[in-house]
Amino acid sequence: MNNNVNQNTDCSTCGKCADTEETQKQMQQETSKRAKLSNVDANGNPLYTFLIYSENTPGLLSQITAVYTRRQVNIESLNVCASSTPGVHKFTVTSYCTEEMAKMLTKQMEKRIEVLRASYYTDDEIFILETSLIKISTPRMLEEKNVGRIVRMHNAHIVEVNPTYATVEKTGITADILSLYDNLNQLGVVLQFVRSGRIAITKSRVEHLDEYLAERERERQNEL
Amino acid sequence: MAERISGAEALMRSLVNEGVETLFGYPGGAIMPVYDALYDYRDRLNHILVRHEQGAVHAAQGFARVSGKVGCAIVTSGPGATNTVTGIADAMIDSTPMVVICGQVGTSLLGTDAFQEVDVVGVTSPISKWSYQIRRAEDVAWAVSRAFYIAKSGRPGPVVLDFAKNAQTAMVDYEPAKVDFIRSYQPIPPMDKDVIKKAAQMINESVKPFVLVGQGVELGDAREELKEFLEKAQMPAGCTLLGLSALPSDHPLNMGMLGMHGNLGPNVMTNQCDLLIAVGMRFDDRVTGNLKTYAKQAKIIHFDIDPSEIDKNVKVDLAVLGDCKQTLAAVTELLDETTHQSWIDGFKPYAEKEYNKVIDKAIHPKSGALLMGEVVRKVSEASNNEAILVTDVGQNQMFGCRYFKFTKGRSVVTSGGCGTMGFGLPAAIGATFGAPERTVCLFCGDGGLQMTIQELGTIMEQGAPVKIILLNNNYLGNVRQWQAMFFNHRYSFTPMMNPDYELIAKAYGIPAKTVVERKDLDAAIKEMLSTDGPYLLQCAVLEEDNVLPMTPPGANVDCMMLEV
Repeated sequence: MNNNVNQNTDCSTCGKCADTEETQKQMQQETSKRAKLSNVDANGNPLYTFLIYSENTPGLLSQITAVYTRRQVNIESLNVCASSTPGVHKFTVTSYCTEEMAKMLTKQMEKRIEVLRASYYTDDEIFILETSLIKISTPRMLEEKNVGRIVRMHNAHIVEVNPTYATVEKTGITADILSLYDNLNQLGVVLQFVRSGRIAITKSRVEHLDEYLAERERERQNEL
Repeated sequence: MAERISGAEALMRSLVNEGVETLFGYPGGAIMPVYDALYDYRDRLNHILVRHEQGAVHAAQGFARVSGKVGCAIVTSGPGATNTVTGIADAMIDSTPMVVICGQVGTSLLGTDAFQEVDVVGVTSPISKWSYQIRRAEDVAWAVSRAFYIAKSGRPGPVVLDFAKNAQTAMVDYEPAKVDFIRSYQPIPPMDKDVIKKAAQMINESVKPFVLVGQGVELGDAREELKEFLEKAQMPAGCTLLGLSALPSDHPLNMGMLGMHGNLGPNVMTNQCDLLIAVGMRFDDRVTGNLKTYAKQAKIIHFDIDPSEIDKNVKVDLAVLGDCKQTLAAVTELLDETTHQSWIDGFKPYAEKEYNKVIDKAIHPKSGALLMGEVVRKVSEASNNEAILVTDVGQNQMFGCRYFKFTKGRSVVTSGGCGTMGFGLPAAIGATFGAPERTVCLFCGDGGLQMTIQELGTIMEQGAPVKIILLNNNYLGNVRQWQAMFFNHRYSFTPMMNPDYELIAKAYGIPAKTVVERKDLDAAIKEMLSTDGPYLLQCAVLEEDNVLPMTPPGANVDCMMLEV
């Protein structure tokens, strides 16, 4: 799996970026750079979000990831949890690929016996959320007057402070989270950073999984 | 009332319930409770003891391919299971229904690197249709029924049941189970009437339609439907390697075999038709050659049961999803009765050219060493073109499939997608059990025969009437041909020192003969076919013969070489 966060951002200039205007400008630049990054990859492929529903049986995760591996598609993020339908698991996977490939991948996944439905979406077809936690050094934070401002500007929350470290929580879309991280990292205050896989629900007014299950149930009744 | 029996016996009951009569297998530590239960079921389950687990799976494949039933193999854990991997992968890519049951260490030992423990589900999951570990005796009936349902329904494929030893010995109140519905699995996509209409319309408007016949026609038992489909609109057709017997070889609309070593006409005309109609085939690279130039001039319709095959290699204009037995019949109803005479006549010059430049020389040589092509054609004719053709992989396979003729369905057993050397001998054994009333002719080379030669022991023990035609050229012939053509004649490890195969056959009590001279061939074939039981006919064929014509790998489908 790839992680497009550059952990080694040079922060040697962190002490010199106290100027508010400059900070803001930099923040904007970072944001737009990240936004671009998350929309298309180096080959111009868009980021697709795959929503995959399966029965809750062991080994499904490796079957699904194997489909990506075989077609040489990298998984950018992955989230697995129970869905609103009892016994059905939901996988949310993001990957950069062509639409042709996205279609092929979903068909290959649906071919697995226990996979119920697999579909792919662009960002405008779904509500997206990710969450992140950033652990920052309290002594460094106290030296940097901008930290509090940056956290507030990004609509993030400090969930814990003690003399050693503080924990910042930020929920939002990838670009916003990475923008916050980049800005804090430039100040050299970051100790740890973690970002969750994307979660998404569709904007469609039709619940395709429910329809599919109802249709299958009707077929079962007919067969009996 | 439910009876209290062991998980191993529950497996026996479940197999009987699924209509299994023949099993291919090999015992071992982690499957011993099953073999113990099998001892009491010998009257209902005919277990064929193979000599290597790979033989068990290939035999099960051969059995399945000729009978249309699910082939079944039983092996032990660890190496027993890993020895079946090649056969599982082969069955997956060639859509062969098969259930492989392997022993596994007890659940308390799983994950501890116990003796003969291998993560079989992990290993086989990517190469099987379904792979499942039975951990409790209570699950046996359900899992077996589900396994057979998955293996044979929709696009068939191999299923693996990894049977933990404690589940074999535990007692259970056995109740038969019948799985014929899985909500997450739709074996046959529903037929769309609008698509049927559109397909018929496209065909009716076409001036130069060309049909590609794949194994899906055989798997769907749609040979009659295909014939009516072709005949009503008089459409010429070409067959894939695995689809060869889906249409009789001498049918006037059968233009021959597709692909790298197929016939000239169907390959050239693929790039001249205005409508390409693929039925139950998957546009393998050995069929299409260079995809960038493949049938670009034509509209394409793809009949298939597997939605993931649509647009996989070749972008199509219309996908007709469903069971081709139904979809073909439905489209046929809407077809105009027509002739495409001048289009069909267009194939003739290519057929003549290929006959004069390649075929005539291959099957009617006047002098020199025996040729593989002439041996194949003579065996085919001597069996009245009614035998089952089993091949190994390589030149024997290509010559076998080019020059054998077919009058009946389910008559080709060959490893297509996987190209598994060593497939032939065990698959032929399986075929004799799957179609005991038919003659089974195996063509193999000296390379492939030795990969699973231990199965001569199975033939000896069972008296399996396999007619083995060994096309011996003292080379790994197909690789040698490529070395000659693309590697500047550098024969890197393709010459092969061979044992005395007649002596080997003799050791196994199998009658054998070697033919060197052309004049002895007919009599030897006659003797082979009239001998009851197995027979080994070794033919000393031309050492450096080439399979022609040939589309070099990656070349355009219509660029076939007729000579080297």
